Amino acid sequence: MREGIFMSLEESEKRQEGYNKSLSSKIKKWINDSLTLGEMEARRLRHDPTELFTRAVQPVLWLLVFGETFTRIKAIPTGGVPYIAFMTPGILSQSVLFISIFYGLALIWDRDQGIIQKFLALPVPRSAFVVGRTMGAAVRGLSQAVIILLLALILKVDIRWSIFSVLGTIFVVVLESAFFSCFSMILASLMRTRERFMGIGQVLTMPLFFASSAIYPISIMPKWLQVVAVANPLSYVVEILRSILITGVYDNMLLHLGLLIVMILVAIIIATLLYPRLAS
Amino acid sequence: MIRIDNLIKHFGRTKALDGISFNVNKGELFGLLGPNGAGKTTTVRIISTLIIPTKGKVEVNGYELPKNASIIRNFIGYVPQALSSDGSLTGYENLLIFAKLVGLNKRDREKKINELIDLMELGDFSRKLVREYSGGMVRKLEIAQALLHNPEILLLDEPTVGLDPVSRRSVWYVLLTLQKQYETTILLTTHYMEEAEALCERIAIMDHGKIVTIGTPQEIMKQTGAKSLENAFIVLTGHSVDEGGNFYELRRVRKTARRLQ
Repeated sequence: MREGIFMSLEESEKRQEGYNKSLSSKIKKWINDSLTLGEMEARRLRHDPTELFTRAVQPVLWLLVFGETFTRIKAIPTGGVPYIAFMTPGILSQSVLFISIFYGLALIWDRDQGIIQKFLALPVPRSAFVVGRTMGAAVRGLSQAVIILLLALILKVDIRWSIFSVLGTIFVVVLESAFFSCFSMILASLMRTRERFMGIGQVLTMPLFFASSAIYPISIMPKWLQVVAVANPLSYVVEILRSILITGVYDNMLLHLGLLIVMILVAIIIATLLYPRLAS
Repeated sequence: MIRIDNLIKHFGRTKALDGISFNVNKGELFGLLGPNGAGKTTTVRIISTLIIPTKGKVEVNGYELPKNASIIRNFIGYVPQALSSDGSLTGYENLLIFAKLVGLNKRDREKKINELIDLMELGDFSRKLVREYSGGMVRKLEIAQALLHNPEILLLDEPTVGLDPVSRRSVWYVLLTLQKQYETTILLTTHYMEEAEALCERIAIMDHGKIVTIGTPQEIMKQTGAKSLENAFIVLTGHSVDEGGNFYELRRVRKTARRLQ
């Protein structure tokens, strides 16, 4: 008889009913599944957090070397704030961008190991995989934010510290991680091999960074680059963070936030549709 | 339990499956035997809901694929050929995540995980990172993961490729226990003759995307007049089981074998 580790008849019937679950229990399962997949990512990081530190090296150097130097020459119009303060939100968003955009690499690695295939054969909605992964990416992104903000504290950068600014930063970093990790997952689903993914990842990071308002205002860019910068989600992230952390001017914040959220939803939908490609 | 009728799968211009048909009965241990590239993995992946067939009928426990994929996932457990447990987590964590995903509540979760750890004889190792496990232990952990939601059907793709003889036997033992004591229906693929002979009640011999013959090992040997399954295979296909498979297939098998050492 099927007993012990296997289910009783009663359990089996319960499962049959489960196929026609109500919408509310479906949503509950979806949230639970996403959280579980997020938990898996967090557990992985706890066992081996090396990447969090190695990924932070580059942004730290930007702030320390580039920031400190350009503060002295005052060559970039910053609207009255010291250059290092102007660029801190830019570098903060850069550090989150860098760790998120290579997130798809983990997906390809998992695919090579058969982990993705095994997960896809489970009774778990496809979108929960994508959302769970973005949660993992958010944990990574937040770790970078902590490192950069601590460094800003040490460098005595003039930041508007408050509960609001800290919570706001956390929220925006989560959104940024979500967008760029989804973007990365889309690339991973299309590329499917490490070599191709690394190639395209390298090609994209620099333009995303330089065609944004991270280290100089959009107004000083040539016209064609301004067009790119305005379409670049990184610019929105930088502008929101700059409002919260440095300037305290919130003119376009809601618009930027709204655009960012729409972009995330679109990215999640595309990533969900492409995710099963990783199984073949 | 599983009914497959004239199943065809094309990848671009390659015909991976060229119209295969077979049934797996409830509680049966059924084997797909053939060289690399015969279409075994493709067949298992289709039944596991991972890829969509080009043509043909696939029915699992009365539900048709690909339409009812999300229902079918509730009663299949799938163990892919590559090592699919997460090496950067402990064995316990691997089981825990799967248990949560298949919707076990906290009480059932602990109970079921502990039962499976006992059944697979993982013991103290369950608290260690999986990357420190031996090949046989990883395989058993993977089978345990696939069993958390009480699947009626277990699908395994080359479950013992690359394992040493002792580990291979311990995996065989687990599979036979599952079938005999728990009445689990098992479909596995293999290119090891002795594995097919030792485990499977019935075998389908596959070659170049087609099923050459189906029957018990004894029937197949009788049918071909061969003394061993290996010779029967040569009689039926005109070549030995070791030949076959393209560059990628061979690379995949070797990669798994390497990671198991």
